[in-house]
Amino acid sequence: MPLTKRIIPCLDVTEGRVVKGTNFINLRDAGDAVELGAFYDEQGADELVFLDITASSDKRKILIDLVEHTGEEVFIPFTVGGGLRTVKDIKEILRAGADKISLNTAAVKNSELIVESSKIFGAQCIVTAIDAKRVYVNDDSEVKDKIVLNVEDGKCWWEVYIHGGRTPTGKDAILWGEQATKLGSGEILLTSMDCDGTKDGYDIELTRAFSERLDVPIIASGGAGNPQHVVDVFKDGKADAALAASIFHFNEYPIEVVKNACKQANIPMRL
Amino acid sequence: MTFYIAIIDYEMGNLKSIYKCLKHIGTEAIITDDPKIIKKADGVILPGVGAFGDAMNHLNQKGLIPIINEVVESGTILFGICLGQQLLFTKSYEMGEHEGLGLVEGEVVQFDLTKVDKVPQIGWNDVEFLDLEHFLAQDIPNNAYYYFVHSFYCKPKNESEILGKTKYGEIEYCSMVSKNGNIIATQFHPEKSSKNGIHMYENYVKACKR
Repeated sequence: MPLTKRIIPCLDVTEGRVVKGTNFINLRDAGDAVELGAFYDEQGADELVFLDITASSDKRKILIDLVEHTGEEVFIPFTVGGGLRTVKDIKEILRAGADKISLNTAAVKNSELIVESSKIFGAQCIVTAIDAKRVYVNDDSEVKDKIVLNVEDGKCWWEVYIHGGRTPTGKDAILWGEQATKLGSGEILLTSMDCDGTKDGYDIELTRAFSERLDVPIIASGGAGNPQHVVDVFKDGKADAALAASIFHFNEYPIEVVKNACKQANIPMRL
Repeated sequence: MTFYIAIIDYEMGNLKSIYKCLKHIGTEAIITDDPKIIKKADGVILPGVGAFGDAMNHLNQKGLIPIINEVVESGTILFGICLGQQLLFTKSYEMGEHEGLGLVEGEVVQFDLTKVDKVPQIGWNDVEFLDLEHFLAQDIPNNAYYYFVHSFYCKPKNESEILGKTKYGEIEYCSMVSKNGNIIATQFHPEKSSKNGIHMYENYVKACKR
């Protein structure tokens, strides 16, 4: 049997509690983060991601406590992201027991952070999180230094957004992903802002472009609404891992159901 | 003195998760770089995440290399995890060429991108036990999945020291080592491998108590 594809529930947290927004707004409370994490471990999740959406430095202590407690109850790997800006921030989170950290805004603003932190902690624990949004064009010549691909409904490139999806950067997401990998990031957490919260499926074209161009694993995120979407992002999007939140949190599709659907589609799964 | 496992602290990687996993199964554990505490322990774990060269430098600076050798000579079971498995070997080619502890003959080499799709290998892969009677393998289904994160893998010179095998891309490699019954190691992280991994620590602790 080969390396399996991973199913990763994402827990958006604020002050130790889980919330899930649709299109990054409208937050709903979905329970205690550590308890939920342990429940997912029991259910067969392959990994967990905690994103601190408040991400303020003065609340860092609460996040560190959460990481500490998670390590006592959860025996699968977990990644922590949200508001980490310095090597010191990263060190605190890893020391508290996280297996990986994810960088988003801070890495865009200061790519040296990837270089430095991967040198100290190893590329395998530095995940670059990229929030990408489609920009449609009529003609390739309209834009410079962008990777324009033919998609189902025309031609587009993907723009990197920072600050939790509020600020466009003008940066090409695919090129940024390639650069982040070269700088020392061992994995990419790729969120489609177009699909996030829609439950209409992942951005397959975006995911496939990343998977085919980059040598590191790609975690696809944004848009999961049912098990078939997960199957599609593995089969057509060539993702290494699929991240989802609300379909798990509200028990619409338990992890086991999603994993069985993948297994039936001949996708290697840990069951 | 009560029973305890020493987890060697040489500032490489996530020692706490091993500690928490041992706590979870009711085993006393001490994260330490104190030679006395290491030598008196009923079992010694050599953890590690990061670069091979740095790890050997840290062990050397802390004067821990002779201590590890003493532990092995005394018959205490040394358990290497992830980079801790690689460090047991003669040498590694990670960023240059580095001498290892030399407790297991063989080399540590990088995954070749022409034979695997992605490096590092990150995720759950299965392990075929070559010795089903081994104490680590007790009451764990063969070919179960464990969590791996690594770019380099071990090539022992003696096939008989391979306890478990894993296939990644076109490469089949040694993912578990056992030598003389008291040097054991896994390339994967049992403490991150849910039920089966936790069970492996239980098997280890049981063997240390014998």
